Amino acid sequence: MTDCQFDHQAIRSQFPALQQQLGDNPLCYLDTAATSQKPQSVIDAMNHYYQLDNANVHRAAHQLAAKATLQYEQVRVQVQGFINAATTQQIVFTHGTTESINMVAHGLTDLFKAGDVILVDGAAHHANIVPWQALAKRTGANVIPIPLDSDGCINHSAYDALLTQAPKLVALSHVTNAMGTINPVKAMVAKANNVGAMTLIDGAQAVAHLNVDVQSIDCDYYVFSGHKMYGPTGVGILYGKLDALEKLTPMLTGGEMIKTVSFDGTSYGELPNRLEAGTPAIAAVIGLGAAITFLAELPQTLIHQHEQQLIHYLQQQLSQLGDISVYGVRPNNDNIGAVAFNLADEHHQDVGILLDQQGVAIRGGHHCAMPLMQSLQIKGCCRASIGIYSNQQDIDRFINALAEVKSILL
Amino acid sequence: MTINAMPQPDVTLFLPLSDDVINGAKLIEQATNWQEKYRQIMLLGKKLPNLADEFRHQDAQVKGCESQAWLYHQQIDGQHFYLADSDARIVKGLIGLLLAATQGRTRNEIAQFDVVAYFENLGLNGQLSPSRTNGLHALSQAIKSYATKTN
Repeated sequence: MTDCQFDHQAIRSQFPALQQQLGDNPLCYLDTAATSQKPQSVIDAMNHYYQLDNANVHRAAHQLAAKATLQYEQVRVQVQGFINAATTQQIVFTHGTTESINMVAHGLTDLFKAGDVILVDGAAHHANIVPWQALAKRTGANVIPIPLDSDGCINHSAYDALLTQAPKLVALSHVTNAMGTINPVKAMVAKANNVGAMTLIDGAQAVAHLNVDVQSIDCDYYVFSGHKMYGPTGVGILYGKLDALEKLTPMLTGGEMIKTVSFDGTSYGELPNRLEAGTPAIAAVIGLGAAITFLAELPQTLIHQHEQQLIHYLQQQLSQLGDISVYGVRPNNDNIGAVAFNLADEHHQDVGILLDQQGVAIRGGHHCAMPLMQSLQIKGCCRASIGIYSNQQDIDRFINALAEVKSILL
Repeated sequence: MTINAMPQPDVTLFLPLSDDVINGAKLIEQATNWQEKYRQIMLLGKKLPNLADEFRHQDAQVKGCESQAWLYHQQIDGQHFYLADSDARIVKGLIGLLLAATQGRTRNEIAQFDVVAYFENLGLNGQLSPSRTNGLHALSQAIKSYATKTN
């Protein structure tokens, strides 16, 4: 494996959590798809806000509030640039991907009626399934999963066939949570647009690894979380086309989102505040801004190459180890950030416990994608996932630990 | 289609543990490295009877386990007996350890059973502490609640 045309160690050393010892072993963190570790600059930005700039945003006229509001709104500009949105009005701060999807599913309730069709990615995680089921329950609409091939990737002819049912909305993952497979969202959205369907893309697993351009994808809504892209928990983004956001009835009402309030009636304010009721997670938003700054200062192309090399190396080492089944791998369609696998017929939990015993952190389970596990005809699987800070040593340690697990279990 | 009620295993299946299982717990305590400990845990699991497929019923599932685990209970002459199984080998071994301390005991004995201290004494206070998501906590709670809910 060729590595490091840039100083990778300089990036890794910015993540304090990775320097620790767990029991007898240094931490080997391969669970970035669940949540990424945070660089020092993100931690510092949040500390700084609480130590010096803590005030509520958009309210008081005093200087501290002005400072906090300025920083908060500056992050909106950063997010706009990060995903190439046309205007800052289209960037709504939420508490995470799950809340963003719920805000859309709830906000569209009045526009749905019995018999309307909602197509949902068959490999989606539960956050992009359950809110649509709840919308269907409220309105009598039907949720139809887009079928998968036996490798866990979307069956595109089945998708084309479903589009003839004139769905009202299509909900897709950009990159799947369980397997790291990439969906060709631009082409899929174009097809959905042709039949007049609204589109929502769940970018939770994509934004840390791919350059996302929402105008190019041309979707109505794009959602993601801060904590999977080196930012803090408690902040997420709902991006929408202006008319798509205007359609949404606010899920939360209260302060911050109003224009005028009286007991005869209240009128709501403008976007994006209309969808940001209550005091937001200000420190988390500021931390997200620091995460975007951190990412922006890195050599993007080299980082992507580095991550791709690591994933290929991981796949290759797993296959050399033997007795491994890997899921969601398709020629000419790279996996991003994650590899899903099982060791022979062994239970993913047994494998996970024995890896953890050696300081290796992976995820075992259904990965919040039970329907996907059903289509793969497995109870669950293990997922090793990497981030910007991962290196070849992490993969080697993981493979050695897995070899030890294999000698215990098989 | 009718939904079948949860079947109940015949009372004759609820038996005292074999000496083999009791000894298995000692072997775990004596293991000198983690690999050996886990091998012994899984060997202990193997010594427990398997639940027939019909008893791997969702109503008997213990919630809170990442793997699937099923638990049945019978009270016989003031003693409490359990039948349990899991689809994960380590969890099944942990069930064996729990049963080694509770099978055939009285309600009071089971209520007073200190799971945390028991696992610490076995040298299993890291990954296998009851606070982890391996289901140990849920299983020990379920064992206790069966015993204390009946008279």
